[in-house]
Amino acid sequence: MKKKMTVGRILMYAILILYAFITLYPFLWMVSASFKPLREIVGGNMGLFSENMSLESYKTIFGHSSLFPRWFLNSLIIATVGTVINVFLNSMAGYSLSRLHFPGRNRIYHALLVLMMVPGQVLLIPNYLLLKQFNMLDTFSALILPAAANIANIFLMRQFFVNFPRDVEEAAEIDGLSRYGVFFRIAMPLARPTIATTAIFGFMGFWNEFTKPMLYMKTNTKYTLTLGLQSFQSQNGGTMWNQVMAAACISVAPIILLYLIFNKFFLVGLRMDGEK
Amino acid sequence: MSGGTQAAVKTGRKGPTKRQLQEWRQGYLFLAPAVIVVGVFIGLSALFVLYLSFHKVNLFTDTYTFVALDNYKRLFTDEIARKALMNSLSFAIVVIPCQTIIALVVASVLNGKIRGRYAFRTIYFLPTLTSSSALTLIFMFMFSVTGPINMMLIKMGVLPVGEGINFLNDPSFALKVIMVMNIWSTVPQYTTMYLASLQDLPASLYEAADIDGAGTWKKFTSVTVPYLKPITTYVLLTGIIGTLQMFDQAYIFSNGSGGPANSTLTVSLMVYRYAFGSNNAMGYASTVAIILAVVIMIVSFISEKLNASESLY
Repeated sequence: MKKKMTVGRILMYAILILYAFITLYPFLWMVSASFKPLREIVGGNMGLFSENMSLESYKTIFGHSSLFPRWFLNSLIIATVGTVINVFLNSMAGYSLSRLHFPGRNRIYHALLVLMMVPGQVLLIPNYLLLKQFNMLDTFSALILPAAANIANIFLMRQFFVNFPRDVEEAAEIDGLSRYGVFFRIAMPLARPTIATTAIFGFMGFWNEFTKPMLYMKTNTKYTLTLGLQSFQSQNGGTMWNQVMAAACISVAPIILLYLIFNKFFLVGLRMDGEK
Repeated sequence: MSGGTQAAVKTGRKGPTKRQLQEWRQGYLFLAPAVIVVGVFIGLSALFVLYLSFHKVNLFTDTYTFVALDNYKRLFTDEIARKALMNSLSFAIVVIPCQTIIALVVASVLNGKIRGRYAFRTIYFLPTLTSSSALTLIFMFMFSVTGPINMMLIKMGVLPVGEGINFLNDPSFALKVIMVMNIWSTVPQYTTMYLASLQDLPASLYEAADIDGAGTWKKFTSVTVPYLKPITTYVLLTGIIGTLQMFDQAYIFSNGSGGPANSTLTVSLMVYRYAFGSNNAMGYASTVAIILAVVIMIVSFISEKLNASESLY
């Protein structure tokens, strides 16, 4: 293809740059405000930069509330454990629904289809009462267990295994692998791109979850980062924007860092790297 | 697998062979953990919420009193419920078309042969990674009276100096800010879906369009959009479910109150307030949640049918 600059191409770049700007704009302000003194923010300084930038807000945050590192750790534990459990439960279930034949399989498959249509919002109250009965409120289990399997991801895994060549399985069985060996040593590793996709989105789901921690967690040392951030803001309601933005930066930075490291893998998982 | 083969030979009778039994056992074993989790926290919970909707629940004394259809009747006279439903519907009606169209355009442009696509993609996905609490706080800062948006409007001369709009506390603006925020934060996820699907678009389709002398726009409307139809259905359904259930952003924005003047009170936020607020009305809250679920299912069903029937032509 010739690299001719047509009107269409210019328009394409214009759209891309404009949208990149729209995306970055709030983040730039978050970072900028976190380094600025409060009087400049409320004074209406338009510039992203100012000569009075300092680490004051960050120092204040860590000085006043040493709970931030704790919240970060809580989020990390919940998201990691939850994701690992999800990867196994979802791919096992997806494999079972696609490659194994047993009575009632179709019935279970259709039951899952129906259950997937139940909107999450309707489940908040009964889940809360169930967790209360199980004595799980205010524990990490309350955030992990109800989300330990995901029907959409089960179907995604099922879809992968349906198209999975049977020869590979048969060859592995001839080589003396047991049925379970075929799954854990052959099928699951081959499903890595699909698993990576579900794992990344699963991890982000746990990390970004706000409603459930807000409902279930009462002890402030058990807060997740999202809940901690919100409680921090409501205490300083709209006044200490520099500190609130610094807190937001701290919560966002690690996951963005992770994303930049995982990026290639993430894009490969979704086949968005343009390699056709 | 010699054991299995032997068993198959030995059992001349009908019924499962040993090998089949092994497969059954593995099937159930692999499926059981996920089915138990989903069964309890979705299946059982769905039945439980239905049960709750016919009861008056007192969380403090842990008593459930059967009240028949009282909760459902109450819904029709509840002015707050009507307000919340209107808020949620207008939110969905504005947000869904915007997020779908922007995602479609961005994904198609991004899928073209352009320089720096890797950098653009990396930037575009940033909102997806950010928690709703951080996002909401950023937008609340941006739209605060002395925040960047007001300063920009003042500098452009749209607003007089020193008279920034109080977006956060003005009932006519609060929900609109949440709409902007929601569109901004959901577009990347739909762009991702579209991009993944565009990777499978056969190049031959574009080549055929090239031969026909189609321009960029023509190719977009007559090749890309029809090809992406199935994924668009999925995007729309996800959008409907997401917007009608929107909770986090409204909760954080109003600190759980739905204010100012109930302008950001979505149905989900109202459910929360009835169930977990001082009202102690979990039974009624369950009823509202069920009605919301039914509305979501009906709207999803209609949109799926509309999208499917169009593709017949």
